[in-house]
Amino acid sequence: MEIRRQGEMLEIAELDPFLAELLRQIPDSAKPEGVQSAEDRLFSLPGDPADTELCSEWKLYVEPELRRLFRTANETVASDLKMLNGSTKPFANCTLRIPVKHAEAWLSALNQARLVIASKYGFAESELSDHYRSPIGSRRDLSLFQVNFYGFLQEFILHEMQGGPNGAAEA
Amino acid sequence: MRWQPLSSSFEVVALPGPVVAATESPTIEQETRTEVEVDIPWQVVVHNDPVNLMSYVTMVFEKVLGFSREKAEKHMLEVHREGRSVVWSGLRERAELYVQQLHGYLLLATLERTH
Repeated sequence: MEIRRQGEMLEIAELDPFLAELLRQIPDSAKPEGVQSAEDRLFSLPGDPADTELCSEWKLYVEPELRRLFRTANETVASDLKMLNGSTKPFANCTLRIPVKHAEAWLSALNQARLVIASKYGFAESELSDHYRSPIGSRRDLSLFQVNFYGFLQEFILHEMQGGPNGAAEA
Repeated sequence: MRWQPLSSSFEVVALPGPVVAATESPTIEQETRTEVEVDIPWQVVVHNDPVNLMSYVTMVFEKVLGFSREKAEKHMLEVHREGRSVVWSGLRERAELYVQQLHGYLLLATLERTH
């Protein structure tokens, strides 16, 4: 896989089918529905739970706005990912181009997905920082790889948003 | 949300009466406290989260709070090492807005009363 900026696009080239599939899973992975710990993390309380007035007003007025914000980011990412469905050969490597103006939406969706997956599997901090864990032998291992892969993409997008040089990164 | 900041006012009210000569009874002034809760500072606290990337947290601090890169990194490291960092303090209304924006970036942020 090669990732680089090309003008106003972020290009992820030479994507093998496995990594392409992980990318396709971003929008679904970002949905916390059905996982209470993930729901609690994405929509955490703004203060002491004993401050019932603050928390209830937050639920009423702010949380719907946050849900809308997160949903919009996911929709943008899902739309960009449609490019991955046009491959003529089923197991061929492919390329994904992300408009730079969608970078914030990607950062949000990737972060949502990482938080939901981490909440779902209850990853410890030591596991999350273990980038050399291998091989992938279970669904949990795969999910940890997914969290770290999404983190790598976040790092690249952040780097480009902050005016990084037009270099390429490989994973 | 209670988007209006808490405020205190201490009014001095002059009772109505006719303009009279100095030899007559003096005008009585009456103090009335119109709001009991005194405005105290609130603080925005960001808590550690093992999932959010350090570079991401730094970027959010720059973007939401207007921190310089150096200041953003200092607070990010405080969150990472100490588990929390007070990133802003002041009136409640503004603090609520910051907490809302930080939640929009999926940071664990809370609003706390300054002791």
